[in-house]
Amino acid sequence: MTSVDHKKIGILYAITSFVFFLLGGLEALALRVQLGTPDNTFLSPEAYNQMFTMHGTTMVFMVIMPLSAAFVNYLLPLMIGARDVAFPRMNAFSFWVFLAGGIFTYSSFFLGGAPNGGWFGYQPLGRNMGGHNIDFWVFGLQILGIASLTGAINLIVTVINMRAPGMSLMRMPIFVWMSLVVQFLLLFALPIITVALFLLMFDRQFATNFFNINAGADPLLWQHLFWLFGHPEVYILILPAMGIVSEILPVFSRKPLFGYRVMVFSGIAIGFMGWGVWAHHMFATGIGPVALSAFSASTMFIAVPTGVKIFNWISTLWKGKIKVTAPLLFAVGFVAMFTIGGLSGVTHAVVPSDTQQTDTYYIVAHFHYVLFGGSMFGLFGGAYFWWPKVRGHMLNERLGKFQFWLMFLGFNMTFAPFHILGLQGMPRRVYTYPEGQGWDFWNFVSSVGSFVIAASVLVFMYNVRASRKNPRCGADPWDARTLEWSISSPPPEYNFAEIPVVAALDDVWHRKYTEDASGRPVRRPVRTDAEVAAAAEMPDQPERPDIHMPSPSYWPLFTALGLPIMSYAMIYKAWVPAAIGGIWTLAGIYAWSLEPQTAEDHHDPEAGHGQEPGNPELGSPVAESVSAGGAT
Amino acid sequence: MSTATSDNAETSSTVTTDHGGGHEHPSDWQYIKIAMLLAFITGAEVVMSYVPSLGGLLVPGLLILSIIKFAIVVMWFMHLRFDNKLFRRVFVTGLALALFCYGIVMLTFNLPR
Amino acid sequence: MSTGTVVPPEVSTHATGGHPPTSTGLSHEKIGMWAFLGSECLLFGGLISTYLLYRGESRPGTITPPDVFDIPFTSVSSFVLLMSSLTMVLALAAIQRGDQHRLKVWLLTTGLLGATFVGGQVYEFTVFVREGLNLRTNLFGSSFYVLTGFHGVHVTLGVLMLLSLFSLAVRGKLGADRVETVELVGLYWHFVDIVWIVIFTLVYLIP
Repeated sequence: MTSVDHKKIGILYAITSFVFFLLGGLEALALRVQLGTPDNTFLSPEAYNQMFTMHGTTMVFMVIMPLSAAFVNYLLPLMIGARDVAFPRMNAFSFWVFLAGGIFTYSSFFLGGAPNGGWFGYQPLGRNMGGHNIDFWVFGLQILGIASLTGAINLIVTVINMRAPGMSLMRMPIFVWMSLVVQFLLLFALPIITVALFLLMFDRQFATNFFNINAGADPLLWQHLFWLFGHPEVYILILPAMGIVSEILPVFSRKPLFGYRVMVFSGIAIGFMGWGVWAHHMFATGIGPVALSAFSASTMFIAVPTGVKIFNWISTLWKGKIKVTAPLLFAVGFVAMFTIGGLSGVTHAVVPSDTQQTDTYYIVAHFHYVLFGGSMFGLFGGAYFWWPKVRGHMLNERLGKFQFWLMFLGFNMTFAPFHILGLQGMPRRVYTYPEGQGWDFWNFVSSVGSFVIAASVLVFMYNVRASRKNPRCGADPWDARTLEWSISSPPPEYNFAEIPVVAALDDVWHRKYTEDASGRPVRRPVRTDAEVAAAAEMPDQPERPDIHMPSPSYWPLFTALGLPIMSYAMIYKAWVPAAIGGIWTLAGIYAWSLEPQTAEDHHDPEAGHGQEPGNPELGSPVAESVSAGGAT
Repeated sequence: MSTATSDNAETSSTVTTDHGGGHEHPSDWQYIKIAMLLAFITGAEVVMSYVPSLGGLLVPGLLILSIIKFAIVVMWFMHLRFDNKLFRRVFVTGLALALFCYGIVMLTFNLPR
Repeated sequence: MSTGTVVPPEVSTHATGGHPPTSTGLSHEKIGMWAFLGSECLLFGGLISTYLLYRGESRPGTITPPDVFDIPFTSVSSFVLLMSSLTMVLALAAIQRGDQHRLKVWLLTTGLLGATFVGGQVYEFTVFVREGLNLRTNLFGSSFYVLTGFHGVHVTLGVLMLLSLFSLAVRGKLGADRVETVELVGLYWHFVDIVWIVIFTLVYLIP
């Protein structure tokens, strides 16, 4: 509860997001049961609205974003050779706020009903809805936004300022680069939805007129504000998974990532251009021909850097020495499914075709292909890939491969039919459809598919459980390329006994391998510790290095609690408790600022907890033996 | 006035933190002069807003004057002119994005539908 | 066990106050503050745009800006806030020079000027409400109060920070090692000032 260790926080994010993934999945199953047959009565229209709103809100804000945060939190400091993030207590704060926001939003189920205005909250419907459902959505998202914004500031400073010596920006692992772009997107996009949510909150709590049509308000104001955030948001959702895929493919092709620099620039380009396309979510709202043409063109352009990435991934695999593993399957699955989703996306960029597709299941097909077939596959791949590093043992490979194929089957069974249904005219966001429209068959297939997905998730959970008895793996079971594989599995609390000096991109790979005349990797001789110590004339590293880590603290949790207190109070218009909540938060911030980051006598009690600080199978650092690059 | 330090923001090796001891800040009197300039510009803006004969020049004039005040406070009071370019890049990115995105939004509301 | 020979780079942590050296030589907190301020541009940009979009769109017959605005009064208010930026930068200069006395004087002055500005806002709002303009009146009322209200809350938080710094200084806890703290609070304060520069022109002066 008081830990500020980025690894523990990463694990907390992962577990929490997985729970929300199950909840969001149950919501999806409810939707698919209702839609599996025409004129169904499994869910009332009201219940359906809550299910589909919560399914979207959960998966976007409480699954993909925090699951990506889990990976970034755990791995980023390791990958740049740091011992933690720039602001460890704020990191803990971000997690507790996320947890608070998620629980707060879900508590609505017991307090009158869950949000029911769609994950996109179009106005003036939202402002006029009775009950507190929408209020929970508004305040819940604001709380979640604070978690992501503080995380963004933290990680930006970490990447800019805490890289190991020799790790220039262009020597960072590509996952770090993609994460950095994402943090900047978060930094600048979140305030926009914050404004939208405040305007809605004021309309609902204080009867302002921002979306009051009678007073002359314009519903498009909400749409612009929401999608100005919403479009960068989809890149926030996909870029971490792209980074993960870019880490996995080279390891299992035993080749470096094809076109590292181009991949970095494409990621930056995607992040940059993502700010110029938002109104493609508004093609059917009457924005006029000039706006339509401009946004159509910009949307087509953004396919270019994305396409570049796809070609580079393929080129990475091309003529590589492929080792088929569960992570590789998910990574390749990502490339294939994301390409399909991207192709339907390109058809949306064309205004006339989008006018037919919008608000139909064709759109639903598109974003599930890129978000599930894309982001989730990437994240599952990452789970299989880094599981040994985090837990110290591998996930069962055969089960993993089986899980992939089952999930792949279920996923395509569920979502491929949506393309057909959409083009046949089935509208989205409807709780049922009449018999005889010609939609019955594919809806039924899709619903069956959704249960196949559910089965594959159970397989994953079983794998997690069954693998606990697997033998311990070493520091580098995959023979990988980046710094996190140079330390023990799991890493010690302080990460690196000595901050590494980096001499090249994929430094760990170059320390293990040199190249022969035909460019093939050749393992360097592994020196024994005695030889190494003698050569350096340095004493052996002590088992418990004297490293001061930031101390645990109660204040992040304490401060975080003030936010839901304020929110509950404001929903029920209890102004005094709301003020108390505000003062609570401020008090927490005060106490936090006055507390020193590292308590004076703190020596981490878990240092050298039975783990070797380093990987003795690695040869000497490149600094000694490679002339190209060289440590600066 | 002051000499500018030019720390390279993206050095690949670690550098000791420079707390600004290596360059001069504007003196107190220089800050007061800047403040007087800002006050004068504000006064000019207020006066301008009362002059009806300016017509169509009023709005661009006011905008330009505010931009100048904005820039002066950011560059001198917030010291961005003399500090590492990294800070400038981060802040200007936010500012530029705001101007671009919100500018386009306002434009779309005024385009022929 | 040893991973191999790594000669630790010769870097002094002296100037960073004992913290590990940073990749850029800049402080974490300062980069963080500028990132935050960049983010705030989008927050205020959204509120300002909402105001501008709804300008002139309120239902005819309801209160308009010329009905209520008191430009001379607000000009004085703006001048007060502007001068508080000066006193803020003088406070920073004082602590950089080691002048604890001036530091306290200027910190307190800045806080008081900020509080005066907020007081002026509160007074202005009560007058407007008496004249019939509140949050619910029309589009103008909603967008005006929310925009200036958000700004006012930011100023108030700034005043709290300044008074806290003043209190620390009075107790002798704002020594030369805390220059950066004053600098960062100053950056926030100046930002709040430049947002007002924009609001004053766009909302009050431009017809």
